[in-house]
Amino acid sequence: MKRTTIPFGPQHPVLPEPLVLDLILEDEKVIDAIPTIGYIHRGLEALVESVEYTEFGYVVERICGICSFMHGMGYAVAMEEIMAVEVPERARWLRLIWAEMSRIHSHLLWLGLGADAFGFENLFMHCWRTREEVLDIFEKTTGGRIIFSVNRIGGVRRDISDTELAAIVTKLQQLGASFTETARIFETDPSIRHRLSGVGILSREDAHAVDAVGPMARASGIRMDTRLTGTHLYDRLDFEPVLETAGDCLARVVVRVREISQSIDLIRQAVDRMPKAEGAPIEVKVRGLPTGEVFERLEQPRGEVVYYIKANGTKYLERFRARTPTFANIPAMIKLVKGCDLADVPNIIMTIDPCISCTER
Amino acid sequence: MSFFSRSPWILHYDGSSCNGCDIEVLACLTPLYDVERFGVINTGNPKHADILLVTGSVNERNIEIVRNLYRQMPDPKVVVAVGACACSGGIFARAYNVQGGIDKVIPVDVYVPGCAARPESIIDGVVQGIAALEAKQRMTA
Repeated sequence: MKRTTIPFGPQHPVLPEPLVLDLILEDEKVIDAIPTIGYIHRGLEALVESVEYTEFGYVVERICGICSFMHGMGYAVAMEEIMAVEVPERARWLRLIWAEMSRIHSHLLWLGLGADAFGFENLFMHCWRTREEVLDIFEKTTGGRIIFSVNRIGGVRRDISDTELAAIVTKLQQLGASFTETARIFETDPSIRHRLSGVGILSREDAHAVDAVGPMARASGIRMDTRLTGTHLYDRLDFEPVLETAGDCLARVVVRVREISQSIDLIRQAVDRMPKAEGAPIEVKVRGLPTGEVFERLEQPRGEVVYYIKANGTKYLERFRARTPTFANIPAMIKLVKGCDLADVPNIIMTIDPCISCTER
Repeated sequence: MSFFSRSPWILHYDGSSCNGCDIEVLACLTPLYDVERFGVINTGNPKHADILLVTGSVNERNIEIVRNLYRQMPDPKVVVAVGACACSGGIFARAYNVQGGIDKVIPVDVYVPGCAARPESIIDGVVQGIAALEAKQRMTA
């Protein structure tokens, strides 16, 4: 049979980002997919040699505009570990709250893009309308919609008052209640089921073999979540990751839908359990120059991110490295695309929740 | 102006942006800002587009893509550079794989500042783009 090669990207209607795949087809079946990278590579990690460690946090935040809070937090936490800084407890709670809010906004954003990819534009609009309410809270508490610059080594820049925290919980719970209708559509609508169910199945064994992370792994039934390690105060919350077993595109959608209500609940728990200590310190002054190296892990909306930092006692770090979740999920995506129909390619690519900007930096 | 009726179609290309400006461009289309009610449509086809919105800077790899997209757009056409990176390279200006703003490759008509650029300023940039488009139309007419 005649083989055809179809270039997918870098400019493609389904993707806001330049992901490039060469799809090799036999008739309508994809038999191979060859990813190409470099369209969005900036050389961010090398900037560490010319930007002082105190300011590098702003660069790290701009690895990705969707997980910007989590990237800033990961860098700050890692540097605090190298410099043996004791961070005030309130700052750690505030970081957890913002991190879970990032997850809500990221999942809503993705559900919208996913809906757009399977041709449900109305649902795309609904998700993004809901997302704006989360961004409003971000703007009110940090001053930014997308890039917050609220983390610094030694704590956070802004406090949220106790009354405001209570108001945020109420607001998020209302959001969660109004989202249940949208969530029901994602989980039960026959047209979505028809389009996604049984498409792009990643079995539990395969998910292990290709090292899938985040919602991708959890949709295949792997109980894996960095939050389970209990770091960053997650040990003080009741937390059990959302699992699905089908491993298809629908399961990956459902995991993210449920994680939104889970994150709302985690924020409620955090506000309940954090000490009512308004006005308590939220940052400590950090002096001196860092020496040593550290690995730091966080659970981002897309999965586990790993940072490696090596400091050599000068104001410039020697090495900064991030292994982002999309990078870990690309082998799984390539595996799923092989053997599928051409028309299913956009859905499979979207359901790994690709963040090319994170991957290429 | 009768020829041009204030409903430009937009082609969005992500140079090497961090996604921040990209998702703000998309946010312009969604219910809170909803530019589609003015007939502004985000198209994937350069031959249908009047305004090229570019986010992020140019690098070795995407320089040809940006040139290609611009070349394929019909005249008159306008380029709007969205965000600090598209204007000058922004925080990444010194990174080894960043060559600078979009104006290194194609002529830019409107610069939208911000990191990330807010939806309000992106919409303002598009509105100014319409004025530039009309001026170009008058010149060729």
